[in-house]
Amino acid sequence: MPIATALAFSPIAVPALTAAGCALAGRRVAAVAGVVCALAMEAAAIGLAVTVVASEPIEVAGLRLDALSAFMLVVIGAVATIAALASPAHSATEVDAGRLSPRTARRQGVLVHAFLAAMALAVLAADLGVVWVAVELTTIVTAFLVGQGRTRNAVEAAWKYVVICSTGIALALLGLVLLNFAAAHAATDAPGLDWAALVAAAPALDPAVTQIAVVLLIVGFGTKAGLAPLHAWLPDAHGQAPAPVSALMSGVLLAVSFSVILRVKVISDGALGPGFARALLLGAALASLLVATSLLLAQRDYKRMLAYSSIEQMGLLALGAAVGGPAATAAVLLHVLGHGLVKGVAFVGAGRLAQLTGTSRIDQVRGLATMHPTLAAPLALAVLALLGLPPFSLFASEMAIVRAGLSGPDDRGLGWAVVAALVLVLVSGAAMLRHTGRMLLGPTAEEPPTLITRQRLPHTTRLALLGGLVVAAVLGVTTGPLTDLITQAAHALSGAP
Amino acid sequence: MSPPAAALLDVALLDVAAGALLLTAVLVVWRRDLPAVLQIFTAHGVALGALVGVLAWAQRSVELALVAIGVLLVRGMLLPWLLRRALASVGPARRELRPVINVAASLLAVAGLVLLAFAVSVPLVELDGSPATHAMPVAIAVVLIGLMVLVTRRHAISQLVGFLLVDNGITAAGFLATTGIGLVVEVGVALDVLLVVLVLHVLAGRIRTMFGEVDLGELHELRDR
Repeated sequence: MPIATALAFSPIAVPALTAAGCALAGRRVAAVAGVVCALAMEAAAIGLAVTVVASEPIEVAGLRLDALSAFMLVVIGAVATIAALASPAHSATEVDAGRLSPRTARRQGVLVHAFLAAMALAVLAADLGVVWVAVELTTIVTAFLVGQGRTRNAVEAAWKYVVICSTGIALALLGLVLLNFAAAHAATDAPGLDWAALVAAAPALDPAVTQIAVVLLIVGFGTKAGLAPLHAWLPDAHGQAPAPVSALMSGVLLAVSFSVILRVKVISDGALGPGFARALLLGAALASLLVATSLLLAQRDYKRMLAYSSIEQMGLLALGAAVGGPAATAAVLLHVLGHGLVKGVAFVGAGRLAQLTGTSRIDQVRGLATMHPTLAAPLALAVLALLGLPPFSLFASEMAIVRAGLSGPDDRGLGWAVVAALVLVLVSGAAMLRHTGRMLLGPTAEEPPTLITRQRLPHTTRLALLGGLVVAAVLGVTTGPLTDLITQAAHALSGAP
Repeated sequence: MSPPAAALLDVALLDVAAGALLLTAVLVVWRRDLPAVLQIFTAHGVALGALVGVLAWAQRSVELALVAIGVLLVRGMLLPWLLRRALASVGPARRELRPVINVAASLLAVAGLVLLAFAVSVPLVELDGSPATHAMPVAIAVVLIGLMVLVTRRHAISQLVGFLLVDNGITAAGFLATTGIGLVVEVGVALDVLLVVLVLHVLAGRIRTMFGEVDLGELHELRDR
């Protein structure tokens, strides 16, 4: 199957080649190459999705192509397109303002594409060990993107980011070592760390050892997914990275790590029954929602507000995964895509706002709706979408998660958790609405910053903002051709036939 | 079946190597003088290499012996050398001045962590009663001690040592579990660790340039208030 092989490798190879190209090419060429690369990744992802829906999962040369990996590639491609469209204008403004040297801008291009390649490898690799290596690679390549500003804040954020994420992911490695140990003692032909083989061998795994392994794996990959208790890196890193990079980190990096947790859950369910992973995920979900809500209430920085909103959304995803079953899992996947698009738009918009106003403090931005309506409108819509309002797809997926949580059999004891989560989501939503409302509608300062009234949005940025919102809204009405892919992935992940 | 005397010798050597691994980890907690900490950390890496060497000897495996040499080179020489360079580049602060908890309390905590490691490792030892698996609690204890160093020390180099202790502990656990995790993954893991150390090395240099010191207690500009 040479075509399928080429197709399977292309999401890794295309950004890797683009990274090399960015090192050599000029700024203009690199900008076009970035958009072409993102679109090519999305096209390859769609091609793979079509192939997978029509047939069984494909295994080639260490890669495993199933519905989940194809779906995650679609998400990566979509958010990468938003980031690639917004990136050139963002970098150009930074260079003009003297905050970014042309050399650093070039390095940013190289690192962003290496980041995309590492994420594609993380969702495609068949062996959980290779997945681990790829996720750790994402930390390494993004460290200098977070610390790019070379200010005290940027360096502090980068240090925290690398130390916390590397340590968290090291725990996941210990989990893999123990899982491998359990697997070696379970079957005559040891499955190693191949995910599909581990799922098949799961019922024979030693329960006590597997329990320790699953705890370590969920905490470890949960660190990178921004789940409490090891979430402390996230607001700093997302606040300090360049806006298009924040869009990628928030929209896809968290989701890629979360997709690994979904895979670990399948093994855990097979070995230990659904109760064990459910309890862990429920704890992580409620802790994340609690942390995010309490820090959103009195938040003063709008980039950090978006970062805490990401922790909240990851908490919701963990809740959905804890509920489990095909319906909730399908909703979780749809939520991943919707959140990626909308959060990408929100970070790109916030980045533009920070460039226009020179501040990321909420109380220093007032009356944006009258001063710069073309930027205010997408920001407002993105925040409304994050609150889970229709017509955006996050409304449908949140509703589906809640419905699945409340309607299942009573013995799971999920009812109270879902209700508690709903209360937290409502409170944090109100907080975000209040902060954003003040920024958009509050009384204009007597002397509005002259910069903000004159600047128009670059066409590419406008396209990124509108495109992301339109796709998220369309997905809220119908998932169209994605329906089969999501259903298939959800069935594979929930152990249903 | 190998003769019992030889097997007993193997077990004794294994215990000595594992003991050295644990002892050096505890000594890292005991000392606050950073050059001394780095010397102990070097000994820790050598002990890890020796542990893998003993396993190779016990299994009469040439392949594993080569891996042991690799481990010795990376963990006993390359990483400590990088740390010494990092320490030289971050300026005159050579002591861990204000650890979050004092040394006596840290050593008590270490005792607790070792007990905890033995308690959580019970299922591992029960699954496979081989001598190597019996040493698994030591590896888990090293991981826990490393985590403690990471959260209670404020000097950038101390934090790096804590991170690498965690990593050495996991590597030891991997070899003691007697089931390799695949060559590609092993090499990838080693490469990742090396890159993380290099990244942190560069960042420590930048922290020194911008904050004037590398006491990470000073890193508190990013807050939510």
